[in-house]
Amino acid sequence: MKLEGKKRIWAEYQKDIPDDHFFYVRSCIRQTFFAGSEQTFLKIMRDDLKKDVFEDPRHTTCTGIGYHGDVVPFETIQTVVARHFALATEAGYKHIAISCVTSFGIYSEILETWKHFPETLARTREDLYKATGRTFDVPETISHTSDIIYKFRDEIARKAKYNLVDISTGKPLKVVEHIGCHYSKMFPNYGIGGAEFPHVLIGMIESWGGDVIDYPERRHCCGFGFRQYLIQANRGYSVSATRKKLESMEPYKPDMIVANCPGCAMFMDRWQYTIKEIDDITYGHDGQGIPVLTYEEMAGLVLGYDPWNMGMQYHNVQSLPLLRKMGIKADPADRFLAKDGSRLPEPANLINS
Amino acid sequence: MSAALKHIVVAGGGVAGMEAAGALAEMGHRVSLVEKEKNPGGHLLQWHALFPDHRPADEVKHYLNKRIRNESITLYTGTGVEKIKHHGHEVVVTLSDGTLINADAAIIATGFDLFDARRKEEYGYGIYDNVITSAELEEMFNAGKVTTADGRIPSRVGIVHCVGSRDEKVNNNHCSKVCCVTAVKQAIEIRKQLPGSEVFCFYMDMRMYGPYYEELYRESQEVYNVNYIRGKVSEASVNINNRLVIKVEDTLAGRPLKMELDMMVLMVGMEMSKPGTLLAEASGLKRGINRFFETADHHYGNNLSNVRGVFYAGTCTAPMNITDTISHARAAVAETVRYINSR
Repeated sequence: MKLEGKKRIWAEYQKDIPDDHFFYVRSCIRQTFFAGSEQTFLKIMRDDLKKDVFEDPRHTTCTGIGYHGDVVPFETIQTVVARHFALATEAGYKHIAISCVTSFGIYSEILETWKHFPETLARTREDLYKATGRTFDVPETISHTSDIIYKFRDEIARKAKYNLVDISTGKPLKVVEHIGCHYSKMFPNYGIGGAEFPHVLIGMIESWGGDVIDYPERRHCCGFGFRQYLIQANRGYSVSATRKKLESMEPYKPDMIVANCPGCAMFMDRWQYTIKEIDDITYGHDGQGIPVLTYEEMAGLVLGYDPWNMGMQYHNVQSLPLLRKMGIKADPADRFLAKDGSRLPEPANLINS
Repeated sequence: MSAALKHIVVAGGGVAGMEAAGALAEMGHRVSLVEKEKNPGGHLLQWHALFPDHRPADEVKHYLNKRIRNESITLYTGTGVEKIKHHGHEVVVTLSDGTLINADAAIIATGFDLFDARRKEEYGYGIYDNVITSAELEEMFNAGKVTTADGRIPSRVGIVHCVGSRDEKVNNNHCSKVCCVTAVKQAIEIRKQLPGSEVFCFYMDMRMYGPYYEELYRESQEVYNVNYIRGKVSEASVNINNRLVIKVEDTLAGRPLKMELDMMVLMVGMEMSKPGTLLAEASGLKRGINRFFETADHHYGNNLSNVRGVFYAGTCTAPMNITDTISHARAAVAETVRYINSR
């Protein structure tokens, strides 16, 4: 494989990521599955990188899941997103930082629509004003939060307490990266590195000392695919898609999977549990599962954050083998200890536990 | 003025330009043949054997070289034509080295560029070691050695048709015409050189439009066991053994297909050449929606441009095979002579 070929493609798909002053829009899925990841992002931005990230509690869901589930019309979702822009405008922010890949795809689709069909922008302005009395400016930039961590990856590397390296061998950890379809495949120019060889997570992994695994099913769907999961009868497709990926990456012996999309991180984690329960099959070393991390968790580990404060114990596949390899001392007994010292309920049948 | 004293500039020293120059010189005209590369011959220089009869490309190269071996032809190499303007009864031709040539007429034969396969990112050309283009396979045939990047004999080869042709996503709606039959020819040559290999062609339609092409297609299946799968390759990747893994939809069987290959050959199509594009812009020459030079009439003015005294020959107007290119060049010569004699 010729790395220079990839570098040429990566160079073609760059984007303007602002340096500071972000209006943060959270993800309804991520707040449910990986609430600690969004907090980790804010902590990295505010405490480590000293950036201004603003949140408005009146911000709502983008309704993207409903839109892709055909229950929210396009006109409605445009108006909802326009309201988010109105909140940003009122607060004086021009750069949107988007936590969710589904939302990122929605925002991208809407901005592209407005660019090519200005009459839809005019109609949305009218709809929003009639419904809420608000007006808005179209933001100057939209960035997915993985774009922002990518931008500051070298700064994070300089502050690193741990690297993506196996301390017992000194060798880089082998990392599978998975990019959300709605980040790179809908509008490749909106993502870093394009659709076929996205660079956003690779850039982080390599900056922090890891090696990226390029396996045959790298581009395959994580298994979420909206309808595959949202329609209960289709869930077999969802599991089989994830299984195909896991089988394809298994020979490379990955130390972890990192994703920039809530659906991807969720399903590649949870379906490992399902497959273990159904077939007693795991895909990591020595009968273990492969930990699936969000990029904020990966960045947080590199910066020396407490994995349990980031909520990593709430993945089905536990990260203990990974933490040991990186030399991170985190007591497994503290995983389900609340701040007040009480014990939280412990999920059953966790993998790598 | 005697027709024998006329001077014509031919821009481009590929098949069309060489044939046009040779034909004009044969009639007694003075020709300035301008070729941007060091040697004339164009894309043919890379080619090993030609369809439909597998004749060595050297035979046609030899014919064309002989054709321009004429004292009436002045060959300029290493310089291109930048601009052509009609002025009075003349055309004024500016070369990229600054030389100005005043002539009675000009024939543009700037040919085509091969599609840059890196633009189809999903095929991994320029990234995966054993994804090559049809032109690179010809070079392997020339060297007498078809091997993978690490020197192994490939046991399974995939040939992907329509790379950069009939593809809206790369803004090329046109068919490049010769890729299908090139694929058939190359598939046979692989099977001849590597009898133990399997060859799979992934196609949209088999466009066997020329004489003996259909026969060649049939022969490839009956004699050489070349496999044809109707479907486009959607992506390529490599497995842990650095073997290519491709995904294809077999549209006849109605099912997705995943296959391992040792080598994948991309049938890169034809695009308007960059020098031709620059020449068009500098000279006010019209281009069609396919971005090639637009001829004055598709049916009876297929060598005429929108600029007086400027004519077209060959693949600068549309993809065509060598046979048609030579015929088109001869027609351009006929139109040019008719023009200079009628002034």
